[in-house]
Amino acid sequence: MLRVIYALIPGVIAYVWFFGWGVAVNIILACSVALVSEAVMLAVRGRAIKPFLLDGSAPVTAFLLALSLPPLAPWWITLTGTAFAIVVAKQLYGGLGHNPFNPAMAGYVMLLISFPREMTQWLAPETVSGHALNFIEAARVIFSGALPPGLTLDAVSAATPLDALKTHLHLGETAETARRASPVFGSLGGLGWEWINGLFLLGGLWMIYKKVITWHIPLALLGSLSTMALIFHLFNSAAYVSPLFHLFSGAAMLGAFFIATDPVTACTTPRGKLCYGAGVGVLTYVIRTWGGYPDGIAFAVLLMNMAAPLIDHYTQPRVFGHK
Amino acid sequence: MSTKLWRFPGGLHLPGHKAESTQRPVERARLPGRLILPLHQHIGAEANPVVTVGERVRKGQMIARAEGYVSAPVHASSSGTVIAVGDFPVPHPSGMNAPCIVIETDGLEQWCERRPAPDYTTQDPSHLRNLIREAGIVGLGGAGFPSYIKLNPLGKAVDALILNAAECEPYITCDDMLMRERAAEIIHGIRIMRHALHAARCIIGIEDNKPEAHAALLRALGELHISDIQVTQVPTRYPAGGEKQLIQVLTGKEVPSNGLPIHIGIVCHNVATAAAVYRAVQLGEPLISRYVTITGPGVPKPRNLDVLLGTPMSELLEQCGADPASISHLVMGGPMMGFSVHSSSAPVVKTTNCLLTGRHRPAEPPAMPCIRCGACAEACPAKLLPQQLYWHAHAKEFDKAQQYNLFDCIECGCCAAVCPSHIPLVQYYRYAKGEIWTREREKQKADVARERHEFRLARLAQEKAEREARHAQKKAELAGKTAPRETALH
Repeated sequence: MLRVIYALIPGVIAYVWFFGWGVAVNIILACSVALVSEAVMLAVRGRAIKPFLLDGSAPVTAFLLALSLPPLAPWWITLTGTAFAIVVAKQLYGGLGHNPFNPAMAGYVMLLISFPREMTQWLAPETVSGHALNFIEAARVIFSGALPPGLTLDAVSAATPLDALKTHLHLGETAETARRASPVFGSLGGLGWEWINGLFLLGGLWMIYKKVITWHIPLALLGSLSTMALIFHLFNSAAYVSPLFHLFSGAAMLGAFFIATDPVTACTTPRGKLCYGAGVGVLTYVIRTWGGYPDGIAFAVLLMNMAAPLIDHYTQPRVFGHK
Repeated sequence: MSTKLWRFPGGLHLPGHKAESTQRPVERARLPGRLILPLHQHIGAEANPVVTVGERVRKGQMIARAEGYVSAPVHASSSGTVIAVGDFPVPHPSGMNAPCIVIETDGLEQWCERRPAPDYTTQDPSHLRNLIREAGIVGLGGAGFPSYIKLNPLGKAVDALILNAAECEPYITCDDMLMRERAAEIIHGIRIMRHALHAARCIIGIEDNKPEAHAALLRALGELHISDIQVTQVPTRYPAGGEKQLIQVLTGKEVPSNGLPIHIGIVCHNVATAAAVYRAVQLGEPLISRYVTITGPGVPKPRNLDVLLGTPMSELLEQCGADPASISHLVMGGPMMGFSVHSSSAPVVKTTNCLLTGRHRPAEPPAMPCIRCGACAEACPAKLLPQQLYWHAHAKEFDKAQQYNLFDCIECGCCAAVCPSHIPLVQYYRYAKGEIWTREREKQKADVARERHEFRLARLAQEKAEREARHAQKKAELAGKTAPRETALH
């Protein structure tokens, strides 16, 4: 599972480049909380601590959750979310291999529902805001809420591209005018987000090459997301943005290669994986386009987690020698 | 000649480790002082001893008779005196002792009378099958199913006789060396088998990692001017030597689940079995010896030996320069499908193709929980879902395991080899199969007991009814007799 973290690194670097050191602080905080929660729960459950701490699954959960949080989310957000993910979503269900829901996404959704204000306070890319926080400054904001003198939250924060798009569309504008009106948009997706997504895509392809994951879920997920986007875009390009925008915004690539591919909670048969991935893609599009939340990956993944055992049951491969 | 080949699903490329044991020519194993011959060296019923302690036996003499249809006799591998009939350590996964006949050899190697049948073409197939049955020949590839049964086409047309020369498991080279050194015997044996089966085609399937053996077969076919036996190289990929897999690779056909190859017009035998058939029919020699690979890190001089059945494994290890006491881990078979032998005093049996040794038992990493990665399903040549089987076997939900086609598992071990959590998957499947068989046996026993009980109740009821009838009759008779007297009294 360490290779999953290696594959995340290029995307993380791009994240730090565009949104500052807060992401790195969140990752470190989440990893520490995850390892401590895991160790405590293993001790409480009377399990061997060392082999499970070293299996790398807790840090992967911590990375995925931290990468989903706003870069300057207060420390207690990261702490509660990670602890919930490990303690409730993973260990209380029986630990590694037994959890029905993706722990990182369960933690994220819990936070999103409970603390909507903190969870939607996103930063503008540093090239837009013009303010670059160093590691110490970012840590200070996260732990005490104190911004460096002379800076206000308004100056550094902005809606995410998916959010901004939704707001503008609600105001009756077209996708095109929205993209010209706000500085957070880039040429493909969101400014910065397109780089982050591109590098997560690269890391994901490396994982497929290294056989850490198979191609089924990412391909089906991205395929169904773009198909949905393409259909509606062709139908009405003013109200529905292009497939490329969807692929290179928000958590599309992170979700396709790193979140939905969690083997424990996804389908396991080849055909099941295709159904599962396609389901996540369609639901993501639906939630992004008509739902009330900024991104749809987390809800889509959790919903499909519920369906995974059923899909597996109906997609068993034909056994050798059977008709 | 290029032949169209098919591909079986899953499978693995494994390091071969075959060169170690093919560097030295095959040598005869030394005659041991004692031969231990288990009565059960095959699939089916245990053979029935026909010799007693103290009896002198000759080489090749039948010492235990086949018991029933699926069974095989056992022959003395050398001349000597029977010194014991009883339980001794045998190579078996359970590690339990089993009934054996022990012969103290006299070193004279005196043969019993042999009745060769040189011209097999004049023989009736059923007579040939009988010769093969009496010679105690069973599948030498490892399964040990009585060969004469598989040489009976059961009235079906046999499209192809396939000879399994794939020998796909790492380390094992006994078939490889047999083909290199006794290719002509194999070819002769194949022709006898073909005659018994009236097979339309005949294909030898050999993995492409055995160029010397392949060349030897072609050379032998050329020297014997035989052109109707096809030798086909198949890609080296474990388990290409599985019967179902080899049939699929060579013909594209799938053996139906719960079915036999004969149901799709195919019969598959191992090449070593073919050589044994030749010796049995044309030389009149029963199955008393076989090639065995002695290899692994625990053996200084790995090689193949021509071994008399019943020879204790420890003697073979010594002949290959190993000290049996220093070997902590002895496996019969290969690293994928073999099993641990608990005592090196256990003998070589008909199904012993390889002795694999290690100085130390490799430390197996602790099994971690299944993370449902599905690597096992990708590697499974039977296209099963090993992970689901594991969950159900683990939870003792045997009926669910059967719904996931547990019994289509060929126990090749690919799933366990790729499992990132190091779960000994095949052990779970063997356990589940064993439990299901035990339950079925118990159910059968219970059914028989219930039937007997019901029969007894019915019999008792009938007896009671008859008794009552007799009683009533007697009473009536008595009444009839006494009535007149009563009237007389009045």
